[in-house]
Amino acid sequence: MSSASMPAIKSKPVTVSQDIPVSKTLRFWEGLKEGKIYATKCCQCGSLYFPPAADCANCLSTKVEWVELSSEAEIETFTHIVVRPTSFSQRKPYTVAIGKLKEGVKVLAWLTGFKLSQVKVGMKAKLVAKVSSDAELSYEFVPLDKSEG
Amino acid sequence: MDSRRKGIRNDVNVSELAFEAVKPALEDAGLTAKEIGFVALGSAGAGAWYEELLPAVVTSEYCGLTGAGLVRCEAACASGSAAFFAAYSAVACGQAEIAMALGVEKMREIDTQTAMEWIGRAGYYLWEFHNFGLTFPAYYALYANAYMARYGATEEDLALVGVKNHKYAAMNPVAHLQNRITVDDVLSSMVIASPLKLYDCSPMTDGSACVIVGSEEKVRELKIDAPVWVAAIGYSSGTANLSKRADFLSLDASVLASQRAYKAAGLQPEQLDFAEVHDCFTIAEILAYEDLGFCGKGEGVKFLREGQTEIGGRIPVNVDGGLKAKGHPIGATGCSMIYELTKQLREEAVEKSRQVPLKNYVGLAHNVGGTGHYCYVTILRR
Ligand SMILES: [Zn+2]
Repeated sequence: MSSASMPAIKSKPVTVSQDIPVSKTLRFWEGLKEGKIYATKCCQCGSLYFPPAADCANCLSTKVEWVELSSEAEIETFTHIVVRPTSFSQRKPYTVAIGKLKEGVKVLAWLTGFKLSQVKVGMKAKLVAKVSSDAELSYEFVPLDKSEG
Repeated sequence: MDSRRKGIRNDVNVSELAFEAVKPALEDAGLTAKEIGFVALGSAGAGAWYEELLPAVVTSEYCGLTGAGLVRCEAACASGSAAFFAAYSAVACGQAEIAMALGVEKMREIDTQTAMEWIGRAGYYLWEFHNFGLTFPAYYALYANAYMARYGATEEDLALVGVKNHKYAAMNPVAHLQNRITVDDVLSSMVIASPLKLYDCSPMTDGSACVIVGSEEKVRELKIDAPVWVAAIGYSSGTANLSKRADFLSLDASVLASQRAYKAAGLQPEQLDFAEVHDCFTIAEILAYEDLGFCGKGEGVKFLREGQTEIGGRIPVNVDGGLKAKGHPIGATGCSMIYELTKQLREEAVEKSRQVPLKNYVGLAHNVGGTGHYCYVTILRR
């Protein structure tokens, strides 16, 4: 039985785009424009947060400081996404990886500049800030020998 | 208790689909809707992949349940088990003599790409979707690649889960995908998020399932002929950001939830007669064998290859076809698992070819929400 042949009425369309507040993590987003990747560190218990958090889930302190992260990461896992969601449908298929930095925090980001067949669990990559041509702020993993900027 | 044909159900809206499960559940229990004191609805996509924002309210009105205590439970793909827990709790604490857990999901009213968008956002939107466009298969693919690298498992190993579950779905007339498949079918299907391919993924399914829970006193009073009892419910949760997980080799939420359930039930995994586990993707079933203690860490593939999770093996798993082939109507899946456990434990109405042998009359349902974001483990006994 073909579902397309079933009678139906169209619901009213709605387009949604929320304004996500970034006041408390502004230093992080501003840092990306300067090519820096910041984490937060709790002033009371020393817990390190990436993604950055303005509040400490460990000790409930609301006093945190900004610390710049190192860039060398060990890739713990990855996937190459072929079937994309609507908002990424204009992009080519992309690779996502999770890498661990020497500070102990992990980062999930796109991995670019590698041939897919070269990507392996355990390999090294460099985490860099990225500002796209349409001014979207992000960060990604790239080969170690790729110079910054 | 009932569970209806799953698949693409563009012939019914969410209320009508819920009714298909509520009616036979009430009839099976010999009850009327007015006797239900509390209703917990499991549904994840309200307002996103189907049009109603308050599905508990609209389905209750449609099924004559208005007036009962009412709540919608959201625990992503474990919403049905969360609803079952809420219904069980209402009875266990004495607030209600009879409660209902109703799971319903309509996933096929929107196109696949938009569905991928919604489900991809079901993690931490800000940190893992906004810039990176993760999809649900991609989250599990991250686990699959880490697992394969660590334990030497192959894409062929993963495919065997699909082959097994399709085999049993072919014996289940309410399953969404009733075709038998081969390892080659899986390996040659299109890549969704490497290493997962189309046949490594559960389908997007419309479906509903309904479970009625009563106090021991009430069950005796109503002279229910084949009651099945809740031995334990264990639960846990995992971080929203996958980047905060210790490793990608097991789901901590599954490990904790199952340990809590075993302890509360006073059981060891070896005493289970069978299990329903959360195989939204093939890798997920292998992780589940290990996380639930059916076999040792890193031994899941061997356990599968030995046939230990087939009927005749040590612990038959997903002999209704699992999420992989029975289908995965997100909010209904948990209730559908409870339905299957109940049918098997009653040794009734399950097709003879897939009735599991029962020694201790104990079965387990493992229901994961998101990518180990939520987990409920429910143990039933007859
Ligand atoms: Zn702190």
